[in-house]
Amino acid sequence: MAYSWQPSADITTLKRRAQYLADVRRFFHERDVLEVETPILSLAAPTAPYMDSFTTDFMPLGSSSRQAYYLQTSPEFAMKRLLAANLGAIYQIAHVFRNGEQGRLHSPEFTMLEWYRPELSLIQLMDEVKALVQQVFHLNSIMRLSYRGVFEFYVKLNVLTCSDQQIEQCALGVITGLPIDLELDRDGWLELLMSHIIEPRLAAMNLAVFIYDFPASQAQLAKIKKDDAGNDVADRFELYIKGVEIANGYNELLDADELQRRFTEDNKLRQDQAIVEMPIDHNLLAAMKSGMPVCSGVALGFDRIVMLALNKQDIQAVQTFTFSHS
Amino acid sequence: MANFSTSEFKSGLKIMLDGDPCNIIENEFVKPGKGQAFSRVKFRNLKTGRVNERTFKSNESAEGADVIEMELEYSYTDGEFWHFMDPTTFEQYAADANAIAECKNWLKEQNFYTVTLWDGSPLVVAAPNFVNLIVAETDPGLKGDTSGGGGKPATLETGAVVRVPLFIEIGELLRVDTRSGEYVERAKG
Repeated sequence: MAYSWQPSADITTLKRRAQYLADVRRFFHERDVLEVETPILSLAAPTAPYMDSFTTDFMPLGSSSRQAYYLQTSPEFAMKRLLAANLGAIYQIAHVFRNGEQGRLHSPEFTMLEWYRPELSLIQLMDEVKALVQQVFHLNSIMRLSYRGVFEFYVKLNVLTCSDQQIEQCALGVITGLPIDLELDRDGWLELLMSHIIEPRLAAMNLAVFIYDFPASQAQLAKIKKDDAGNDVADRFELYIKGVEIANGYNELLDADELQRRFTEDNKLRQDQAIVEMPIDHNLLAAMKSGMPVCSGVALGFDRIVMLALNKQDIQAVQTFTFSHS
Repeated sequence: MANFSTSEFKSGLKIMLDGDPCNIIENEFVKPGKGQAFSRVKFRNLKTGRVNERTFKSNESAEGADVIEMELEYSYTDGEFWHFMDPTTFEQYAADANAIAECKNWLKEQNFYTVTLWDGSPLVVAAPNFVNLIVAETDPGLKGDTSGGGGKPATLETGAVVRVPLFIEIGELLRVDTRSGEYVERAKG
């Protein structure tokens, strides 16, 4: 058998990628944000039901014990422990791992650029993301739209106030070829509308947009606040460029009890769906209890933004060796 | 036939959907936010030729379709069936009117066509992108008019009608683009 040992990205692309990495580091150096490294293997893992961590076993020499370790899906938990230790503004360029996720825009191993800004509001962080995207990657100007506004524009629904049935009916009406036995909750239908209707339209219109004020049920690790109309919303944003999800930013949740409640809820969902439960990160909870500064944080898919900047259609085109040829 | 899981879906894979053989054009892995993953598949129904989209849950699968493509020589028609032959095995394949509907106007004996077989029977016959055909009928040519402006209809030996320049005469061999149905140039030979 002939092995295709060559890199999947061409040499020009690899050189451009290296330059982008250097430019990103300069961008943060100039803004006095400290580069950090945190462990790739962790004793704990995120609990989100559709986030599948790779796992491996640590076996101390001369012992028959085994300890499960999880490959990070993002450096978030460890970086938050550094924030609680008052390290100040920090960033990391890290390899992260998500089991099962493979496609044109997904690789099970990819590079994440993640940073935390104790002194910035979420709006100021959006400004910084915009500055990075424009200065380093020379991408187009970015609009700002609320989650509610985007759905009102594309599917004519106020998704913060309408009923679950209205959302399901809307999705079934505009998306063809769905599985007949598809059962989703409110957020599941909303996510389906996002991926099947809104992302392709954003791509077709060649738009770069910050979407902010997500439904409170999609808060993940962000704070919940009231929007202008008095609805509960999650204080987070996502950046979409040409229909591709590039970055996910939070006004970070600081309440350890609330975080523990969300972890437990996730694990209960996992139990209900017969997915293995994940060990909760008690170090993170302890760090938050001791006090984490008010801060905003964002994770940005580095491979994807390089793809867009270099006009590549597939994530493989910007990676040295892809997952299936690693 | 084997079952394929969504992670094995890729462009060109032939699968059965609702009882019809289909060709996958594109499979996009979608994972909205922190939500459930789906495979969003664009496919062509090989029976109807129509392109559709379907969303699969990541744990779904589909049965493979026994579909192959062969280069076959067109032999003749008996009015009901159009007969093609594999020049190496001399095996004959009979295509019905549905299968040749798209290329009927470009069928010429001894020419080669791409025949898609499903369970061994012709499902669809596709003409090559370019064919050379003789002009059977057209208005008299205008000598000296090589401007290419205007044009006139010409009926070719297979019955296809294409627009040709004014200087083209009956009996000339023309190169025609079967995708657009347009005249390309005078063919040599």
